[in-house]
Amino acid sequence: MHIVVCIKQVPDSAQIRVHPVTNTIMRQGVPTIINPYDLFALEEALRLRDTYGGEVTVLTMGPPMAEDALRKALGYGADRAVLLTDRYFAGSDTLATSYALSQAIAKVGETFGTPDIVFTGKQTIDGDTAQVGPGIAKRLDLMQLTYVAKIPSIDLAAGEIKVERRCEGGTQMLQSRLPCLITMLEGTNEVRRGSLEDALYAARSQVLRWSAADAGIDDLTRCGLRGSPTVVKRVFAPTARAEKAALIDAAERNLRDLADELIAAILTRGPALEQELAFNSGE
Amino acid sequence: MSSANREAPRPASGRAGTKKELPDHFKDYRHVWVFIELERGQVHPVSFELLGEGRKLADKLGVELAGIVLGPPGETTQSAVAEAFAYGADLVYNVEAPLLADYRNEPFTKAMTDLVNAHKPEILLLGATTLGRDLAGSVATTLKTGLTADCTELDVDTDGSLAATRPTFGGSLLCTIYTLNYRPQMATVRPRVMAMPRRMDKPVGRVIRHQLSVAEDDIVTKILGFLPDSQSGKANLAYADVVVAGGLGLGAAENLQLVKDLARAIGAEHGCSRPLVQKGWLSADRQIGQTGKTIRPKLYIAAGISGAIQHRVGVEGADLIVAINTDPNAPIFDFAHLGIITDAIRFLPALTEAFTRRLSPHSRDKLAS
Ligand SMILES: Cc1cc2nc3c(=O)[nH]c(=O)nc-3n(C[C@H](O)[C@H](O)[C@H](O)COP(=O)(O)OP(=O)(O)OC[C@H]3O[C@@H](n4cnc5c(N)ncnc54)[C@H](O)[C@@H]3O)c2cc1C
Ligand SMILES: Cc1cc2nc3c(=O)[nH]c(=O)nc-3n(C[C@H](O)[C@H](O)[C@H](O)COP(=O)(O)OP(=O)(O)OC[C@H]3O[C@@H](n4cnc5c(N)ncnc54)[C@H](O)[C@@H]3O)c2cc1C
Repeated sequence: MHIVVCIKQVPDSAQIRVHPVTNTIMRQGVPTIINPYDLFALEEALRLRDTYGGEVTVLTMGPPMAEDALRKALGYGADRAVLLTDRYFAGSDTLATSYALSQAIAKVGETFGTPDIVFTGKQTIDGDTAQVGPGIAKRLDLMQLTYVAKIPSIDLAAGEIKVERRCEGGTQMLQSRLPCLITMLEGTNEVRRGSLEDALYAARSQVLRWSAADAGIDDLTRCGLRGSPTVVKRVFAPTARAEKAALIDAAERNLRDLADELIAAILTRGPALEQELAFNSGE
Repeated sequence: MSSANREAPRPASGRAGTKKELPDHFKDYRHVWVFIELERGQVHPVSFELLGEGRKLADKLGVELAGIVLGPPGETTQSAVAEAFAYGADLVYNVEAPLLADYRNEPFTKAMTDLVNAHKPEILLLGATTLGRDLAGSVATTLKTGLTADCTELDVDTDGSLAATRPTFGGSLLCTIYTLNYRPQMATVRPRVMAMPRRMDKPVGRVIRHQLSVAEDDIVTKILGFLPDSQSGKANLAYADVVVAGGLGLGAAENLQLVKDLARAIGAEHGCSRPLVQKGWLSADRQIGQTGKTIRPKLYIAAGISGAIQHRVGVEGADLIVAINTDPNAPIFDFAHLGIITDAIRFLPALTEAFTRRLSPHSRDKLAS
């Protein structure tokens, strides 16, 4: 089977700093990583390939440097990598992103065989919308299976798939049809370390670099800023609260007095809490 | 977050100020809609929180607030309709069909997009739950309109546009997003970000019913079963009135018991910061913060948690935040109301004991006599 995995290169947000004066993200020197959620999607795809045979194509839309993310994915064991990169894509919101990616997936399908499954991560750690997966599914008319925790079975001959999908308050067992789009939940598998063989393969592989035209996109008004209905009008920093916490210094105090003092302080600020806590404790 | 909490907005680089006149075919889009999320007989409370916000937007715009209730024929759907009125809706659009009994993307997307195309709302709000996000993404793509995710503040501009503010880069920045040239303007909001409005006894008002234009045979995806989360381990963190949480400062997994003991003594739910989930000390549904749960309790006690921005955005809605930390410079003291600088491992048992003394009716009787 043929599986396409969409991955996004994101700044390592643990190391993001905001410029104190201009309120802009200081990207210089911030390392980039594969969006952590996408690794679970990639791992699931590799497992399915190892079980059912076939190929895994990784796809990203981004600047030329996003090639690094694709090389890493090849190092994990992906068979082929496509970088969709063009200045026309700059400023894409999720609608424009899912348009460009779905066109590229269609082209990947024409060139290397129609994918049976398209995987995305649950969400990214930068844009953090979880909207791109559903967007691709709708545009390519794929069955949409979000928040998938497990894929118990696939029947390739019948074109059927069973998945376990997390939802509010429980897990749905769903049966659906291929081709489908799956957004994979985090923590659902253990991401492999690439083998030496994979590392060598990654080093000598070509990452395919596609422009909008290469991906068969002829309507550029649907790409980038022009194709994005949302407009970011303001970016600003949340301000610190004016007053800091009232601090109780515990040095050399007896714990019992200290605890009583804290409870008194809590109840002074929230007198109604006494009822609440007493009621809740059920004693 | 309140608007008073903010600095003067700054212009963004690049995408600002691209307002054109709204295309003619969108000019008759009016009114504010809230999707009422009904699953297994229950309305998700986020829907009521959104009706509260939707009411404010509708009043500012001078338009009506509608609840959208999709569900199976019968009593649960009709009681969701009644609840929508009780929480402020002026009218309800209702689609009843057996295949709307359990959530599936295909029939819900169809029902929702048909309603939008028929009645043309200017604003459509959904909860950022697993269901809401699944549905919103499909609906927005079908309608080819803008969708702003996980908003923390909604407002209308002087020209009537929806200004949807959301945290970005893990909460270190906020941005305000507009959908200027398309309709409806769609947004999702996480549970517990907005305050719950007061329920009023209001009679059921205007209900506009629609047929669903698909049949079961047209729907590919079938539900084979549903496994509810086990009742015992289930954390209802988001809606707890009192929450106690532990962080890396606890030092070892076994010290989490101190947090659980305090939680039990005061009838609280317990939670944690993300590293504890990553270490496997607690399950992911106990994580509080940007990539975990947003909480809005009356009292939040954080022990050994530094207060990183990703944690902060999940707890800022708490009425009273108490932090226990050995480091007087820990960032959590920037947003906690009360802080105590001490070793949580020694202090938590003392606090549990003191609460138990104070709260047990037995001791209270003794105090009174
Ligand atoms: C501050 C800020 C706020 C934003 N808010 C919004 C908003 O509210 N609404 C909106 O429509 N847009 C918004 N955007 C734009 C949005 O971030 C981009 O469109 C982005 O390209 C994709 O969205 P995401 O990062 O949220 O992805 P998600 O939808 O969270 O990603 C889900 C999955 O889709 C796949 N994927 C996503 N992007 C790519 C890619 N470039 N290449 C390959 N696979 C990918 C990955 O598998 C990922 O795990 C915002 C951007 C910024 C900078
Ligand atoms: C994309 C992304 C998403 C994230 N999402 C979340 C999220 O949803 N939720 C979340 O919580 N984090 C999240 N994080 C992680 C976040 O950045 C912090 O790393 C994390 O919150 C820190 O956890 P902590 O406070 O328990 O640990 P630390 O930051 O290590 O803090 C431990 C604190 O304990 C104090 N301490 C030490 N010993 C004691 C003692 N004996 N008694 C009392 N205090 C003591 C220390 O002074 C310190 O302040 C996210 C990070 C990223 C990059």
